[in-house]
Order: sequence, then C-alpha cells, then structure tokens
Amino acid sequence: MENLKKYWKRNLLYLTVLLSFWFIISFGCGILFVDELNHIRIGGFKLGFWFAQQGAIYGFIVVIFVYTFLMNRLDKKYDLDEK
Amino acid sequence: MDVQTWTYIIVGITFAIYIGIAIWSRAGSTGEFYVAGGGVHPLANGMATAADWMSAASFISMAGLISFMGYDGSVYLLGWTGGYVLLALLLAPYLRKFGKFTVPDFVGDRYYSQTARTVAVFCALFVSFTYVAGQMRGVGVVFSRFLEVPVNYGVIIGMFIVFFYAVLGGMKGITYTQVAQYCILIFAFMVPAIFISIMLTDNPIPQLGFGGKLADGTYLLDKLDGLHEELGFAKYTEGSKGMWDIFCITGALMVGTAGLPHVIVRFFTVPKVKDARLSAGYALVFIAILYTTAPAISVFARTNLINTVKDTPYDQLPKWFGDWEETGLIGFDDKNGDGKVQYVADAERNELIIDKDIMVLANPEIAQLPNWVIALVAAGGLAAALSTAAGLLLVISASVSHDLIKKQLNPNISEKSELIVARVAAGFAVLVAGYFGVNPPDYVAATVAFAFGLAASSFFPVIIMGIFSKRMNKEGAIAGMITGIVFTSAYIINFKFLDPASNVSENWWFGISPEGIGFIGMLLNFIVSWVVMQFTPAPAQDIRDMVESIRYPRGADEAHEIEF
Repeated sequence: MENLKKYWKRNLLYLTVLLSFWFIISFGCGILFVDELNHIRIGGFKLGFWFAQQGAIYGFIVVIFVYTFLMNRLDKKYDLDEK
Repeated sequence: MDVQTWTYIIVGITFAIYIGIAIWSRAGSTGEFYVAGGGVHPLANGMATAADWMSAASFISMAGLISFMGYDGSVYLLGWTGGYVLLALLLAPYLRKFGKFTVPDFVGDRYYSQTARTVAVFCALFVSFTYVAGQMRGVGVVFSRFLEVPVNYGVIIGMFIVFFYAVLGGMKGITYTQVAQYCILIFAFMVPAIFISIMLTDNPIPQLGFGGKLADGTYLLDKLDGLHEELGFAKYTEGSKGMWDIFCITGALMVGTAGLPHVIVRFFTVPKVKDARLSAGYALVFIAILYTTAPAISVFARTNLINTVKDTPYDQLPKWFGDWEETGLIGFDDKNGDGKVQYVADAERNELIIDKDIMVLANPEIAQLPNWVIALVAAGGLAAALSTAAGLLLVISASVSHDLIKKQLNPNISEKSELIVARVAAGFAVLVAGYFGVNPPDYVAATVAFAFGLAASSFFPVIIMGIFSKRMNKEGAIAGMITGIVFTSAYIINFKFLDPASNVSENWWFGISPEGIGFIGMLLNFIVSWVVMQFTPAPAQDIRDMVESIRYPRGADEAHEIEF
C-alpha cells in the first residue's frame, strides 16, 4: 500500500514538471511572451514566432518521450509493470 | 501526360490498395470491429492515429488558413498538436488500463450513472457527425476539381468507398488502411513542399527553408513582412488577434483534441498500458511532420501568390489562375480599370478574391511543378478525408450499437446482432454524412468550433477528474458536464447562429471569440463539479477501488472480449 502511494506521488511529480514545461514552451514562449522573444532572432526567424509555429511542436514530442521513459522506469522500480 | 490522366492513375492505385487491405483484414468478432482485437503494434497504431486525426481540414485547409492569418494561425498548429501531450500524460494510459471500448463506457461506469452515460453518448454522436459531414464535402471538392465531375458525384463516390471498408472491415480493416493512407498523405504533402523550398531558398528541408534566405539575400520572412506592409496587411509574423483570444482558442483546441472520442478510442487498441503512452508519442511524431511543414508551405504559397499577382496585367497571369477561376474559388474584379491586379488589404481597392481552401491544392501549380505532383496532392487530400471519415463512422456505430443499445436498451443482445446493428449504424451514418456533403449547411466552419468547444467543456474535465480524484462523484460530474455544455453552446449559438452580426471583438466577453470559449467552459466545468462534490456523498468503495486500480499498469486486460 505504502509503495503504491509512493508510485502515484512520483507520477504526479513527473506530470507537474513535464506539464509545466509543456505550458512554458507553448502558452509561454509562443503566446504570452511572444513580443519579448521576437526581439531575439535566430537566422530568419523571430524567436517567439518560431516557438509558436515550430519550436513548441518539437518540445511536445520531447515531453511525451521523456514521460514514457520515466514511467517505464518507475513501473519497473515499483514492480508494477505488465508482464 | 496531363494532370487528368495522372490523377486517374495515382488515385486509382491508392484506392486499389485501400480496398485490398479492407478485404484482407475483415473483422470477425465485435471486439475486433471496435478495437482491432487489441493487437496493433504501437508504431502502426501511431500512424493510424495520425491518419485518423489529420483530416481534409488539416491537409487541404490548414496551410491555406495560416497563409492568410500569419502568426494568428499558430492557434491551429499549437492547438492540434499540444493536445497529444495531455492525451499521453493524463488520459491514454489510464483509459487503456480501464479497458473498455468507448468514452461513454468510462463515463457511465466511473460515475455509476446511466444519465452520465447518456449525456456522453449524445456528445460523442454530435461531435462525430459534425466532423464527418465536413470530410465528405472535402472528398467532393477534390474530386470535382481533378476529375472534372460535379461536387455531388464526388461526394457519392466517396460515400461508397467509405461504406465499403468501414462497414465491412471494422476497426481492424480501418487501422491498416489508415497506415497506408498516412504514408500516401504525408508523401503527397512533403513532395511539393520540398520542391518549392528548394526553388525559393535552396534548402531541401521546408522547416529550415521557412527561415532561410531568398536568392536576393534577404530572409524569406522579412521579405514577406515587407510585402505585407507594402500592401497594408498586418505583418505576417505578428498577426492581429488579441493575446487572450489566442490563448483561449489554443487552449480550447488542445483540450478539445484530447477529448475527441475518435482519437481517444485509438488508445484502447494497443496491447499494453506502456504501448498506450508510446503510441501517443509516435502519433505526435507522425502528425508533427505535417504540422511543422504546413507553416512553411503557408509562407511559400503566400510569397509566391503575392509575387505572381501583384500589379500583373490580367492577360499575363499564368494558366493556373484561369483554371481555378472556372471553379469560382479565385476571381479578379478590375475596380480601377487599369487591367492590372491590385491585391491590397483595403477592401475598397482590393481586386483579387481568393478562397483560402485552394492554397494547398493550387500551390504545386503556382510553383509550376510537374503534373504528377499535382495529381499526387489530389490523392493525398482524398486519403486524409477518407481516413478521418472512416474513423468517425466507427465511433458513431460503436456509440449506437454498444453504448445505446447494448448498455441501455437491450443488454441481452447477442454478439452477432450487435455486430449487425453496428454495421447498420455505420451505413446510416454514411448516408447522413453524404446528405450533408451534398447539401452542406452554410455553417460547417462554425459547427467545427462547436465540436471542439463541446469536447473541451464536457468530456475532458469529466475524464480527468474521474482518474485523478477518487472523491469526485456522479452529482459533481453531471453538474459539471451540463454547465460546461450549456455555457459553451449558449455563447457559440448566440454569436454564430442567432446574431452573427454582433460577432465582433467589442461584444465578446473578455475579448474571447466563440472559437475560444470552450476553454472557459472547461474551467467552469471543473469549478462547478468541485463545488457540487463538496455537498454530495462520496462514491461507493468499489468505485474508489476501480479508480485506484486504473492508476497502476499491472494487471491490464489483454483483450476486450471480457464483455461477451
């Protein structure tokens, strides 16, 4: 029982961190702070515009794969994985 | 060879592939009809999910829309990809562990209530019908331009094809057909993008060419911003919508994506909980290939269009202009009588009328690519429309035969009769979709916003709370769903149907447009459920145990046949 609680708590921690990252790259960099970031340029892109139309999408992919990796490890650690 | 011949050849070959797969993988049992026997590899499932998700709207309309909206078009790019993060992290693994067929199944069992189940069934049906109507229209448009048949014949041909493989094949047939359709649609989308990227910026990767330099040494985006300023449009990279409106529209699309029944049902089809997580990741990779290319196509197409038509004498316009003029989707009105095209933001002086939907289809012609590329784009558009239509039909037939008949009206129905009912329901849905394809309501675009708003403000909060709160009870969930739906639909109906003239930002609450209001509806749903929950009894112990058990992957059922 104790173990299950720890597992769930750790899962919620992963979710909080990863969803914060998800929020920052999309709503943060692409929308809320887009004007500030647009002063910075990378090649032909204004940075804020790049996040809104390219960068955030790459970030989303990273978030999902990191989550999958962390959870598979956690399942094994608490012996909750599927056989 | 001309475009016509190429189109017949390429579309013919792709259709032969789809039909062959449908025959090869006919469904035997009810379980297979709904969820492909639970044995689809996560990679294949990811591709099928991507094809399911990317509709005629993604393939044909989105790049065109962004091309005219510039930065504001980011709402679609962020909204329709970011939702997969929510799906992978908050929904897919738990719903897979829960191990039932449909979203109403989860809502009905978790909230131990037939009322909740019924509300969910009707939301699922409404969302799916709205979508499917748009798809059939998309099929008709592609056929009518490239095969030179009337739009209505195009719709009818599409109805036969969809009926054939959705109804005979079931989920298993659809899954493998969608894998083939994904390959065709992404190839068709990328080839012209790569060609045009090389022509404009010398870079074969559109995602980089998008930020690259033109032959004259200026950056493409700077050049386009300059052209926009010259013609009086808002700068392409800055857009013109309010920040909070963009925020809410993006939020509503993201959450709506995660709440769409035809996407969620995909994660019931993989063998393990682990695969459900991974499958959402693969799906997003496959989707991202198109979604990161689309904004590049928008910029290429916009620049090419402006450069081609700006101050060009009408009689010197290229051939594609005349071809599309015949469809009525592009037009020239020489207001000042100088014989040249003036394309400017000022409606009084603007002489060019152009439909946003033609940008992707006309793009290869504008860039003077070979005829086989133009035909390939037609086949890609059809693949996108058909794969989405088939996935939606399946949700409709499952909702009717499983959620409505088996779970509510006649629990003793045999597996065989259930399969027949499912097929009849799919057949009926094809007819209804075909009807709307032939007689499109003029508010198709508005109803799409409605579908996302509803999914966001109804399903998403209810499922999330069902997983992450053991205390959430049926009173809270039902009150929340009803508040979300009523609030969101009232706002949308008011501005889109009752009083469209008032649909301007001055009248919107907090500057939020009807497209974005689903986000507020979702927040209200969460708040109302939580408050109602405080004053009503907690769910019984067995429900709390069930919530506990879906949180841990161990012990997930292998297949879904336990029901029968």
